[in-house]
Amino acid sequence: MSQFNYLNDLKDLKTIDGGITRGPVPRWQKKLDASLTANRSVLSQSNVTTKTPAKLNLDKARKTPNHKEKTISADRFGDRFIPSRSTSNFDLGHYLLRKEDNKDKEECEDKAEETTANSPKSDREKLLLDSLQMGDINTQRIFCYQNKAPAAPESHVNPIRVVYSMKTPVSHKSGATRYIPTSSDRILDAPDIINDYYLNLLDWSSQNIVSVALGNSVYLWNSTTGAIEQLIEYDEGDHACSLAWITEGHILAIGNNAGIVELWDCSKMKRLRVMTGHSSRIGALTWNSFIATSGSRDGSILHHDVRQREHRAASLSGHSQEVCGLKWSTDYKYLASGGNDNLVNIYQGVPGGSTTHNEPLHVLNQHQAAVRALAWCPWQTNILTTGGGTADRCIKFWNANNGSLINSVDTKSQVCALLWSKSYKELISAHGYANNQLTIWRYPSMVKQIELTGHTSRVLHMALSPDGNTVISAGADETLRLWNCFTPDPVASKKPSAASCKAKPSILRSTSLR
Amino acid sequence: MATSTAQEIKNCITLKGSATIIAEYLKYGINSILFQRGIYPPEEFDNTQQYGLTILMSKNEKIQEFLTNVLSQTEQWLSKNLLNKVSMVITNAHTKEVLECWDFKVQAQSGDGDDSSPMNLTSSKDLKRVQGEIRDVMRQISATVSYLPYLDCICTFDVMIHTLQNCELPNGWDETAGIFIQNAQAVQLRSFSTGLHKVDTVVNYKMTV
Repeated sequence: MSQFNYLNDLKDLKTIDGGITRGPVPRWQKKLDASLTANRSVLSQSNVTTKTPAKLNLDKARKTPNHKEKTISADRFGDRFIPSRSTSNFDLGHYLLRKEDNKDKEECEDKAEETTANSPKSDREKLLLDSLQMGDINTQRIFCYQNKAPAAPESHVNPIRVVYSMKTPVSHKSGATRYIPTSSDRILDAPDIINDYYLNLLDWSSQNIVSVALGNSVYLWNSTTGAIEQLIEYDEGDHACSLAWITEGHILAIGNNAGIVELWDCSKMKRLRVMTGHSSRIGALTWNSFIATSGSRDGSILHHDVRQREHRAASLSGHSQEVCGLKWSTDYKYLASGGNDNLVNIYQGVPGGSTTHNEPLHVLNQHQAAVRALAWCPWQTNILTTGGGTADRCIKFWNANNGSLINSVDTKSQVCALLWSKSYKELISAHGYANNQLTIWRYPSMVKQIELTGHTSRVLHMALSPDGNTVISAGADETLRLWNCFTPDPVASKKPSAASCKAKPSILRSTSLR
Repeated sequence: MATSTAQEIKNCITLKGSATIIAEYLKYGINSILFQRGIYPPEEFDNTQQYGLTILMSKNEKIQEFLTNVLSQTEQWLSKNLLNKVSMVITNAHTKEVLECWDFKVQAQSGDGDDSSPMNLTSSKDLKRVQGEIRDVMRQISATVSYLPYLDCICTFDVMIHTLQNCELPNGWDETAGIFIQNAQAVQLRSFSTGLHKVDTVVNYKMTV
């Protein structure tokens, strides 16, 4: 009787203080029922002796159904009235019944109200009905016109959508309004640059010299004077696979395709040392004071102590395929490596030394492609940024302290290189197909600040100038482009200098006090 | 003497006049809701000047016809004080689910003129003031877009008139049950009064979680 349920519910709502009608039967009631039935059975048994044979038969039939059932069932069901309910209108019947009921009730209530002016029940009823917006069914009628208004045409889309779908506009004015030149400052030719995702062929020294490997030669470009020198030309078939300047800036490490690390003193244009150890080409190189770390195609990573005769300080395991990215964190506490096995390993490091363990501290396996782009945040030294290759396209942020993923952004394009800005809370990523662009992101919101386009093929390498203002990018289109994208704002740059001036005397004072 | 009587006549709102004012308000109000809530395409609307505002009125003949019929009947009931509430119900045209309900609650007032017979009530409230009050409500209706939920479906609307029990069912009309919005939220807008009728505008809408 579904039509009663709603009204019953309503009634139940109104009589909260009434008896409980739902739920399991209370214990006392069960007991009472049990005792009653027991009594009845006793009674019925006593009835055996008295004169109610028909009833006795029925009772017996109920208890022992197989006994004399046929005759009794004929007696019981033969004259049963089964009403045909299909034709009766329950809704109407119920309504009419209720109506009369209500009338009676109202009369009663009217009388009751005469005696007690404010019956709380009727008040509550009124309130309930009011809140349900039903109105009193007896005092009002609701009419509506038969010919309804037409519905809106099917093709109609609510034009108010604009109001609702509008996102809070990203104001380019607020925050860091800064001008970023959209075109490159300078373009240099880089003929024969090897288009290989697994090599690192560009680095910028602290003495403002850019080293780049083109074909089988390594060139040095002095960015202050513009002078170009050829450092080395390998034999046909050999070539440099990775370049890395020592922090001090005059020694360049070159890893070549034979698995040899060469150290060059670039002020004298002289080769200082040849360090072997790898069986395959060296695609990644990085420095930590006197330790040169090399990652090879055979998946091994070696620490070379360049001061020692026995240069091999340690060997790190963890990669099963080619290592294509190696970066020390800015405080040299961690070493991150990325490989063609889609893994990023973080090794615990010793500042000014090699790593403490040969096993990685964290193995980060969320990337779906080779990880070549690695960058450590300059101001939050435990934040590592990694970018995946074509199948992955994500820039991921990791907390190196606990190895957890902080954020992941789908860039929709292969990530070839990543750099953090020194002057802004921003990072720049270099991409491949489809736009071959450099993208500047605001951190930590990861809002795209600007896309720098110009390269006509994928941007493979990127390096930051020692002053942090300029980014050099090398593309597979055989050009090097210089972008002045991190030039400090002249107004903003005055403030920190003023602040540091203020801060200095306070330090002096505190030391003099001691 | 003559001028004073003339003035009295001029400023007088009768029950019938009050009904006309309210029916007019309903006409502009409902049209404005239809436009503001984006129920019908904006091309189907024309702008008119009323109450010192630009109000967009539907050009759709069927809607116009529907509203004229409904509101002329409403006016009749109003002038006899047989009416409690006019509800404009916005429903999903496909599922028939009630999405929004605009209640215009009408309360009869005694006015301030001759109250010897209930049919001869008058009010001396200035028409300009009444229209000013209506304008404030209309402005609020336009502003509701900022908090009412977005109606992301093909919608239709209906007008339900809540009358007194002793009201006869006219030709072409049906009796209907009250509507109920699940998880409803009600916002009361400003009220206005002609002196003989006080009209509260309340919008009930379905809360989207």
